Parts: sequence; structure tokens; C-alpha cells
Amino acid sequence: MDHTRADAYKLRRREVAKTILDGRDDDFLVVTGLGSPNWDATAAGDHPLTFPLWGAMGGAATLGLGLALAQPDKRVMVMTGDGEMLMAMGSFATIMAKAPDNLAVVVFDNERYGETGMQATHTAGPVDLVAVAKACGFPVAQQVVAEAELQTAIPIIREAPGPVFVDIKVRAEDLPFVLPSKDGVHLKNRFRERLLGPESLL
Amino acid sequence: MPETYAWAPDIYDALKQMDVRQIAYVPDAGHARLLKLCEADNAMRMVPLTTEEEGVSLAAGAWLGGERAVMLIQSSGVGNCINMISLANTCRFPLLMVISMRAQHREFNPWQKPMGQATRPALEAMGVTVTEVDDPDQVGREVRSAGEQAYGWPDMMAVLLHQSLMPVKTFGK
Repeated sequence: MDHTRADAYKLRRREVAKTILDGRDDDFLVVTGLGSPNWDATAAGDHPLTFPLWGAMGGAATLGLGLALAQPDKRVMVMTGDGEMLMAMGSFATIMAKAPDNLAVVVFDNERYGETGMQATHTAGPVDLVAVAKACGFPVAQQVVAEAELQTAIPIIREAPGPVFVDIKVRAEDLPFVLPSKDGVHLKNRFRERLLGPESLL
Repeated sequence: MPETYAWAPDIYDALKQMDVRQIAYVPDAGHARLLKLCEADNAMRMVPLTTEEEGVSLAAGAWLGGERAVMLIQSSGVGNCINMISLANTCRFPLLMVISMRAQHREFNPWQKPMGQATRPALEAMGVTVTEVDDPDQVGREVRSAGEQAYGWPDMMAVLLHQSLMPVKTFGK
């Protein structure tokens, strides 16, 4: 395990989130994994079609799968952390059992458990989530470490036929909290109302 | 001898009538006939899980997108779901689980005992409403009733299929 290399990664997660979410429309549905990806997405701008998880660790990718299957004409992006995705390694396989082409899974990989004291995750060692995605058959699976690569990855995340997996190496940094609502019923209902219309709440 | 799993088409009919579109499962012999019926239905998408907890989050995503999902799992898989049920509980997502039971009736394998006996209390501890059915003629209506409550309220519902509904498994002994 290398406990220091992520301190020097060039990409900063808050900027990456802004770049990915910039100019989004209602055809772009977002699920964020618990912890830092929630705060990153909220800092970039809260949106009713973002569903931020405050728990359910290991559930973000399959939640995105259920959503992608239900909404084949929308793009679904799961934006989560390396620790959360490591808990969901099996969901790489489950996603590829259905292989919805409208699903993108993006990991902000700082090689740390950010909410609990910045302990190293397995990706600080030899564990390579891109290789896992490829081994499970993802047609697009790539790593991003530089700004130019991020710019190339944006259209892939937003519209390339998938499932898409992108692992973005981001600097390990402790940032201020930017919290979305933590009322799960509200988050669910505002998402469904925007996507499915007010009658969906009746 | 009565037809094996004669109640399976009744569960399929209930799911069909409720317009359930995503069938999340870890296979169990008790669900084999039902899974075949669902597979043959083009309106139902089969989602094989690597572990049962994926079904809880999948069902939440389906609901966000306007579809209904069901989980078809074995009692041992309930243990894999426990923390993830927090998602359905906190956000009031519908959750319908149809669970084939072990460690109840002429169980051959003692390794099934701990989770088999803990299935109901574990689900109830997480806030799931549990009903158990052992009468083959009542299986379909119990699933229908649980499903209406799950999708209609919404609520978290589990229907336990008693092991006596399944043939005895003796591992060739």
C-alpha cells in the first residue's frame, strides 16, 4: 500500500464534480454514493435529479442499475468513492448481467476512506477497479489522472454506449462539508416528481 | 402426488397483475419454477444478483425510475440484506421480498439453521412486515396482498414460503 501518492494527484474532486455536472439537463440522472461524492455533487449545485445516499454503503451502483433499466432513454451516472465501490465489487458483475448502455459508473478514487479519518483503501495498493470492470466485461473502462484525460472522458461519461466505468484518481484532501438534504423521503419524492411528474406522488 | 411447486404460477400471476418489471434474484430451488415463468415474460427483466443486498438497492433505483421490482431469494440471503434495508426504511422505498424458507421442515442441512431461524426476527428488527404462508392455495393471494401494501403505501414486505411447500432435499441420501 502506498499511503502518500494520492496526496500528489493533480485532479481535485470538487473541480472534477463541477466539470462532470456542468450544463446537465433533465435527461441526466445522478446517484451519488455516501460521503465525499455527496458533498462534491452538492457543492457543484444541488439538483432534484440527484439522489444522494447518506448510507447504504455498497448500494450506489446497483441503485443506478435499477434506475437505468427503468429509464432506458435517460443517461444514468453513479458517482461514488473508491471505498463505496470496493464494497460493491459484485455489482460490476450484476451490472454486466444486464449491460444497460445508458449507465455510467464514475469513481472518485482518492485511495482513502474520507469520512472516517482518511485511512487507506485497497486502491492504495495493487487493486485496480478499472481492471475489475474490464474483467467483468464493461465495454468502456478507463482511468483518468490528468485534466486532459478528464476532458476526453466527459463525453464518454455523458453519452458513450455503456456500461461505462471511469476511475478518476483525485487528490486525497479533507474538504469542508457541503451537505444536501438528509431527508430520504424528500430526496426520493423530489426525484420522482421531477422525472415522472406530480401524479407519481399520488 | 400433487404437482411440484403448483403455487409458482400464482406468484407469477400476482407479480404480473401488479406490473412488476424487475425480478431480482439469487436462485433457490424453491423459486426455480417461478423464475422460469418470469424469464418467459418479455415484460419482466431478470436481474441475477451476486449477493442479495444488491436487490434492495436495485429495487430502490427501479422505483426512482417508475418501475416495480421484486426480490426472490432464500432465507439465508436475508442476512446479506440487513444494513441495506436501511435504504428502503429511511426513504420509504417499496420493498417486496418473496423468501423461500430453510431450516423449518425436514431440513437435511444443519448449516441452514442459524439464518433460517433468524430470518423473521432479523427482518422485523429492520422494520419489515413479515407474513408466512404454508398453504399452497394461499401463496398467490399473500404475495398479492403484500405487493399491494409494498407498492401502494409504500412499505417493506416479506412473504416467507414455508419449507413444507418445497420438496424435501436430501442430497442423495
